[in-house]
Amino acid sequence: MAAPVRGMIGSTSIGNTTSFQKKTRSKLVSIPGTRPSVQNGQLLVSSGVSSLDYVIGGGLAVGTLLLVEEDHYDSYSRMLLKYFLAEGVVCGHELFLASARDHPDDIMQELPSPIVDDVAGMKISEGQSQPSDPENPDTMKIAWRYQNQPKVQTALASSVRFGHYYDVSKTMEPELRQAAKCHSFYQLQETPVVTASSPLPSPYHSLLKSIQTVIRKEGFDGSTPQSKVRNVLRLGLHSLGSVLWGDDVCCKDNPAHCHALTTFLYILRGLLRTSLSVAMVTVPSHLTQNRAVMGRIIRLSDTAIALESFKGSEKETNPLYKDYHGLLHVRQLPRLNCLSCEVPDTKDLAFKLKRKQFTIERLHLPPDLSETTVSP
Amino acid sequence: MQTVQSDFILVSDRRADASFLIHHYLSFYLRAGCKVCFLGLVQSFSHYSAVGQRLGVSLAQAREKGQLVFLEGLKESFGVLLQDTSQETQPLSYLRSPGAGLEGLFRFVESCVRQSGDGNAGESWGPPVLLIDDLSVLLSLGVSVGAILDFTLYCQATVCSELQGNMVILVRCEEEDADDDEEGSNLLQRGLVHQCNLALHVEGLPTGYCRDIHGQMEVWWRQRGETIYNQRKIFHFKVHDKGASFFARGTSSAVL
Repeated sequence: MAAPVRGMIGSTSIGNTTSFQKKTRSKLVSIPGTRPSVQNGQLLVSSGVSSLDYVIGGGLAVGTLLLVEEDHYDSYSRMLLKYFLAEGVVCGHELFLASARDHPDDIMQELPSPIVDDVAGMKISEGQSQPSDPENPDTMKIAWRYQNQPKVQTALASSVRFGHYYDVSKTMEPELRQAAKCHSFYQLQETPVVTASSPLPSPYHSLLKSIQTVIRKEGFDGSTPQSKVRNVLRLGLHSLGSVLWGDDVCCKDNPAHCHALTTFLYILRGLLRTSLSVAMVTVPSHLTQNRAVMGRIIRLSDTAIALESFKGSEKETNPLYKDYHGLLHVRQLPRLNCLSCEVPDTKDLAFKLKRKQFTIERLHLPPDLSETTVSP
Repeated sequence: MQTVQSDFILVSDRRADASFLIHHYLSFYLRAGCKVCFLGLVQSFSHYSAVGQRLGVSLAQAREKGQLVFLEGLKESFGVLLQDTSQETQPLSYLRSPGAGLEGLFRFVESCVRQSGDGNAGESWGPPVLLIDDLSVLLSLGVSVGAILDFTLYCQATVCSELQGNMVILVRCEEEDADDDEEGSNLLQRGLVHQCNLALHVEGLPTGYCRDIHGQMEVWWRQRGETIYNQRKIFHFKVHDKGASFFARGTSSAVL
């Protein structure tokens, strides 16, 4: 009888009902919450929103930078940041959160709670649940294939699934949140360091130093020997370029530090490329007067999306958009280790935030050419 | 005695990605046996190596043999920023003092292209080639357009005129702004087009986004030695896994 093969290549996930394991030839690092890309073998992490993962080509590649252009009131971009961090907590990744306006602890307390399959509630266990309980006297006689299944799905500490769903009406349990290691950087509490010789203004310089210290100390760049399990560092940088970061690119036409943010992003990408980390940066692009600067910022990041919410604009009453909360523009998709990236069939996307899901949908179908068939 | 044609090829794009041309030229010149100096300022070495593998060249091998000299801008950028003393001769010195110009970078390029016959089993490579990906990122780091144009002029004088080699430079432009952008990439691109032999400009389709035709490329042959001819042509292209295919406008296989 042919046994179906489920689960990831080489990983013995608990959900397998067969003992068949595909022999793995790849030397891919198996970190929880990551999976290899089908196009180019890059290691991907989920951004927390599964439809966003689909739009950007399967997920965020480790070592890259995701740029999110904020909507006018920073409501949905902040939501995306919280999804990103919540996904990190659920997958057991380490977090680094930097913000200038709200204290990082406040943002962490607002993380949405993950939706678990089991209705009986979730208990936090120390590790993954054991596949078989040797003390259990009643071995199954008929359904013996299910002998090794756990009795109740309780463990959420390190989930091997890729991409989870969150309930935005509830906040994450404090125990779950505190189980994740989180480094924070709050700009208003940092003492300004006089860096006369650096081209970067002090807040960006200290932020870079702080990020590099965390990467080096926790061994994300491979500098410390492999004594512990490898993990991914998720960096969330909120509202870079705003005035609170000491940058005037958003308030002046000819800013004095016009290259500060671009230099910062360049060096940040250099740090990301040499370590197992992913960064999500939100920028209030609607405040920048200079479109050329935004073009450069987009070029300096790997994946770039922009959110445009209908709240307060005349599009709110447009019948075409009545089901949605805003438009999502994909400004740039990365081509990593390959010549051609996954090209989306249409760029007209709209999003809506429901209680249990942040969905991104196509507004209309693209023209149907003979070479590619578009499934409706 | 044959006349060696030395080219300065400018690859530019506007709201599109022309880096597939850089990958093509890199594998082309490595296969031709030339000594290549590559300034990779925006991506890591493993990225080019992986693409090169698909195109049939091994960058790691070429680097070991001494045929390829690769400057990784991203990897060393943080270290350079933190250094206390800024040496003018260091290639990445523009990160610390962007106003001082690109002399350090030029010295690096010069030392690389002037080395010939390293003593690696006496292998002598073909004429040197300088590839830069991409030059417009220096504008984002604060270097002025004038300094960059000086740098390319020095490189052209050394690589093309003196050593009869070739140069391929990628410049990424922004949209045309209504108000005059003093230090913009458009100004840089115009200056470089003036200096070059062949200008390849990649753009998206003017009619909008299409999945099967990735964009259009304008080929502009400029002054070349004695003959001065000025010919421009536009092609459509589609990028595949192992290269790109070019076709005349309107003849995409998706449409016919």
